[in-house]
Amino acid sequence: MWFEVFDLGLTDFHKAWEFQKDIFARVKGGLLESGLIICRHNPVITLGRSADRNNILVGERELIQRGISICEVQRGGDVTYHDPAQLTLYPIFNLNYLKKDIHLFLRQLEEVIIRLLGDCGIEGKRYPGKTGVWVDKEKIASIGIAIKSWISFHGLSINVKKYGLDNFCLIRPCGMDIRMTSLETIIAKNITIDALKETLVCKFEDVFSSAYGQTVKASPVKEEVGR
Amino acid sequence: MTKVVLPELGQGIEKATVSYWYFKAGDKVKEKDDLVELTTDKATFNLPSPCQGILSELMFQEGDTVNVGDILAVIEEG
Repeated sequence: MWFEVFDLGLTDFHKAWEFQKDIFARVKGGLLESGLIICRHNPVITLGRSADRNNILVGERELIQRGISICEVQRGGDVTYHDPAQLTLYPIFNLNYLKKDIHLFLRQLEEVIIRLLGDCGIEGKRYPGKTGVWVDKEKIASIGIAIKSWISFHGLSINVKKYGLDNFCLIRPCGMDIRMTSLETIIAKNITIDALKETLVCKFEDVFSSAYGQTVKASPVKEEVGR
Repeated sequence: MTKVVLPELGQGIEKATVSYWYFKAGDKVKEKDDLVELTTDKATFNLPSPCQGILSELMFQEGDTVNVGDILAVIEEG
């Protein structure tokens, strides 16, 4: 299976959502086998289908003061937070080419992050029933997907920069009392987010090829400036 | 009459939660319309209508837990 890679850079959540829908339609229509959107978001709190608004711990006024918007989304899961300190990936993967198995797909998304962390000398962990990737007891990557016609959308975010962690105190991430961490916090040195993109694409190729017993290959990254 | 059944969603997935009905009983539906959204773990899954007709019965409400193989709805074809 081929997947085309689209790099949106820093973008609003709504713009990325419109782009997801566009790529989804192209995959469903057979114009693309699959797609992978890479981006960073301006500060936003998103509420999944299982979300409890009480998991946002501050009022709307404070969110506005901090420049944070709120969006309800169709993915699974509770509440999460995105900002430019994270790298967010939306795999619009046609599981009809791979395997129609939701949990197998979720585990592979975790594996992509675990292998990326492994390259940095960090041991990423799964905890059964708590989808995402953890380092010790702190969460470093969050996952929430949706599937229609066995094509996935929404996806995963990994916390990269240290400065992005402060605003997680405004919510109960995924409805849990947990601490979040970031790559920079753990390895205690500056990381350029752009430097991770190519590695992550390679991890998608390796992990999905291995898990599904077929060649899963990316096209060259396309810059989608201005989205 | 067509029964809409919760299909296999993957290994180890035996149940899901009904998170959203796109239609109500008595509505007309077309084949492949999104009928119901189910949630499992950190994923939502949209089950399409298998045929065109009138959605005559919804067997579960939003928030209910359903098992693989359960009948979710009944459609009178036509």
